[in-house]
Amino acid sequence: MVQLTLPKNSRMTTGKTWPKPEGASNLRKFQIYRWSPDDGKNPQLDTYYVDMDTCGPMILDALIKIKSEIDPTLSFRRSCREGICGSCAMNIDGINTLACIYGMDEIKGDVRIYPLPHTEVVRDLIPDLTHFYAQHASIMPWLETKTNRPAKEWKQSIEDREKLDGLYECVMCASCSTSCPSYWWNGDKYLGPAALLHAYRWIIDSRDEATGARLDELEDPFKLYRCHTIMNCTKTCPKGLNPAKAIAQIKKMMLERVV
Amino acid sequence: MAEVDPATRPLSPHLSIYRPQLTSITSILTRITGNALIVAVVLIIWWLLAAATSPQYFAVANGVITSWFGDLILTLSLWAMWYHYLAGLRHLYFDTGKGLDIATAEKLGWAVIIGSVVLTILMLILV
Repeated sequence: MVQLTLPKNSRMTTGKTWPKPEGASNLRKFQIYRWSPDDGKNPQLDTYYVDMDTCGPMILDALIKIKSEIDPTLSFRRSCREGICGSCAMNIDGINTLACIYGMDEIKGDVRIYPLPHTEVVRDLIPDLTHFYAQHASIMPWLETKTNRPAKEWKQSIEDREKLDGLYECVMCASCSTSCPSYWWNGDKYLGPAALLHAYRWIIDSRDEATGARLDELEDPFKLYRCHTIMNCTKTCPKGLNPAKAIAQIKKMMLERVV
Repeated sequence: MAEVDPATRPLSPHLSIYRPQLTSITSILTRITGNALIVAVVLIIWWLLAAATSPQYFAVANGVITSWFGDLILTLSLWAMWYHYLAGLRHLYFDTGKGLDIATAEKLGWAVIIGSVVLTILMLILV
């Protein structure tokens, strides 16, 4: 359901302004969403100042610097710091992206950081992605075969393998799904761009033998057809993939098999 | 360790913090113009019904429709019609699986916005 305003317990208040680091001349202001399950307070926006002269170039560098030098309670997920694990997805400067590969120089003015939009917040910048992962699992993200297992491996031509380019690179960071207004309003039933991109990745895999069953599973007013080609997903994907196009291809295949 | 009741977890901000994108604005405008056109059609039907009812009643309806406010509503409706029509064509093209890279989608988006304004002005001048 469309719900334009946030529930009462989710409305943000102005938070704490942390002291500026001493002796620094090149400061940058960060406003970061904070919420702790421990104090019963509403979420708040804390203000931090980071010395750019002693900080790495990426948003994640600044977050780590804040955590180690200013406020050790600031919580966020991170791991690989090179855009391959998908852990540090968050809303930075109004769009969803990975903090580790988003440069500070790509932002004008103050830096605003929120958790991925329209998610349940576990703490600070950490969203609960349980439902998101369950949706991914529901599209059967594995090779389904009926014929006998070949002696060596399931072979694929170079051309067929190329069809998976732009799909297999997805790191499941959830940036696209949580950028999608349709997913905000109907995320309980609509699978969202990430799960649908993965669905398409298996649908067009030449080795997969469950194409019909996969399409049957998606033939539903909500699971697939809540996509209205808003394209926030493609615009925001930190890996440069195109979920909107993958979804359009599924819709096209649905049509092609009935006409 | 105490388990936190997930129901008490806040919902992260969405619409209020997400930067509007050209493609998201063109999308929501398609819906807004579509719904506005239903209202405009009701208004025009009321005008026609008034004409079929009595000269006095038509004078009232006609007064409203041809007032500056009526002109404004009808001009906006004209734009809404062109916008909705062009956006519909764009969506038909999208449905063939084409034009879905960001560069093309944004170009088509601008074409719909500028095209609808130009066609509205042309129609106001010519008709």
